Amino acid sequence: MKGKKKSFETAVHGVFLLLGLITVCCVLLITVYLIISGIPAIREIGLIKFLFGKTWASTAAEPSYGILSFILTSVYGTAGAIVIGVPIGFMTAVYLAKVASPRVKTVMESAVSLLAGIPSVVYGLVGMLILVPAIRKLFHVPDGASLFAAIIVLSIMILPSIIKVSVTALEAVPKEYEDASLALGATPVETYFKVSVPAAKSGIAAAVVLGVGRAIGEAMAVMMVSGNAANMPSLFQSVRFLTTAVASEMSYSGGLQRQALFSIALVLFLFIMLINATLNFFLKRTKER
Amino acid sequence: MMSSIITIDNLCLWYGNQQALKNVSLDIAKKSITALIGPSGCGKSTFLKTLNRMNDLIPGVKITGSVQYEKTDIFDSATDVSELRRQIGMVFQKPNPFPMSIYDNVAYGPRTHGVKGKAKLDDIVERSLRDAAIWNEVKDRLKKNALGLSGGQQQRLCIARALAVEPAVLLMDEPTSALDPISTSKIEELALQLKEQYTIVIVTHNMQQAARISDNTAFFLLGELVEYGVTEMLFSQPRDKRTEDYITGRFG
Ligand SMILES: Nc1ncnc2c1ncn2[C@@H]1O[C@H](COP(=O)(O)OP(=O)(O)OP(=O)(O)O)[C@@H](O)[C@H]1O
Ligand SMILES: [Mg+2]
Repeated sequence: MKGKKKSFETAVHGVFLLLGLITVCCVLLITVYLIISGIPAIREIGLIKFLFGKTWASTAAEPSYGILSFILTSVYGTAGAIVIGVPIGFMTAVYLAKVASPRVKTVMESAVSLLAGIPSVVYGLVGMLILVPAIRKLFHVPDGASLFAAIIVLSIMILPSIIKVSVTALEAVPKEYEDASLALGATPVETYFKVSVPAAKSGIAAAVVLGVGRAIGEAMAVMMVSGNAANMPSLFQSVRFLTTAVASEMSYSGGLQRQALFSIALVLFLFIMLINATLNFFLKRTKER
Repeated sequence: MMSSIITIDNLCLWYGNQQALKNVSLDIAKKSITALIGPSGCGKSTFLKTLNRMNDLIPGVKITGSVQYEKTDIFDSATDVSELRRQIGMVFQKPNPFPMSIYDNVAYGPRTHGVKGKAKLDDIVERSLRDAAIWNEVKDRLKKNALGLSGGQQQRLCIARALAVEPAVLLMDEPTSALDPISTSKIEELALQLKEQYTIVIVTHNMQQAARISDNTAFFLLGELVEYGVTEMLFSQPRDKRTEDYITGRFG
């Protein structure tokens, strides 16, 4: 009887372990597959030529596979989204965590959750139909589909993660710190910015890094509003991101072109790994305190 | 009695529907130590937090009666709450230094109130730490995080931080309840020294502590001020039966 029970326990443990291993296997599989299929093209083209080449002409008679324009577009696009999204998200988080009345907070937080749940194709659609024409009219450019449009869309898309993670970090600041500050004669606003925010800084940093990850990995929405031409990045020109470069040519590619797309995916993957490592670093620091 | 710095008249306070202070009237003498004693939940902390209006931060608090600080009504709409709190400093039960360097902890208040310049701040930081009897222990590690200090050191740092904004009154809510006997006696000595320059109001559960350091003692029970008078008298010849029961330990 006892032996039966024990073997049942062991079996259940085995099942859990197996299910857990599925995730691990997926990650390993993707990593290995990306490396194996990404390396050949880099080898053939040459790492320097591939990473720093300025022209991407994959379908030309004499093809050229330089992805500098994609890398820079992704970097600029993400940086732009951070520059716009972080201050807005951060201020919103301070407001929600410290100032807002419970009712306002509930309403705004559900709005933020809703924003997080909107599919990226919808962001792309709205951007295409409203933002792109507006940019064309406002800035008198021939085409509104541009890096700028992508930055705006991305900065809205990263808001929910920045707000949520920052609010959590700010709410975790012990009330004793704030009481001490107020008792010294600091005003509430001074207290939020000089005590609460510094005390929550690793959590807020984690929020920013999470936003970076969101922005750099986004494909669908930016493809729809950025025009998708392989230009070197410029604010009001049509551009192509690392993600969209892979997505837009995969369906009809072959040979070296196809292999090069895998190499782009590998570069993107390495970026994301770097961001994740940074995120883990900040999260660990938050936990340690 | 000496001249009073805070005059409390008919103070009542409610948390929602629950009354926590009932018609409390007392005068706090300048440059003296006033001890507040009484069983848990009798309203000592509530009373203390009313004096620097920290109760404002709790939703649903209603206050009637008056508190005069240096002849001005602290509840008057013209009163600058920040300035009031600068003048009436507070040390909390649990040491609560900011997660910053020792130096920044002490400099926080003066900086907030517009003191600039390194020399000036250095000066304030050193003087405050000396006044709080912790300078010798931390002078070589001012840039280190304050959370690395021991509990007793943290509490004295908190006292230094409170002194740095040059208050006139120091409210202390059970400042030694989390500390060992040595740290406790250091803070008691400190309170006796500080009395030369500051008015101190201290909440304590320790009868000996109240007897050792205070000039006047107020005994609270269920939100009421039962007895208030010179400490020696209150402990040797309590007028009220309830006071006697409490200080002889037959109570709460
Ligand atoms: N924020 C609050 N909201 C509602 N009721 C409160 C609040 N703070 C205190 N009270 C109530 O007010 C009464 C007095 O509390 P207070 O903290 O002033 O007591 P105390 O004398 O300081 O007790 P202790 O010695 O345990 O610290 C208690 O009945 C308590 O439950
Ligand atoms: Mg208390």
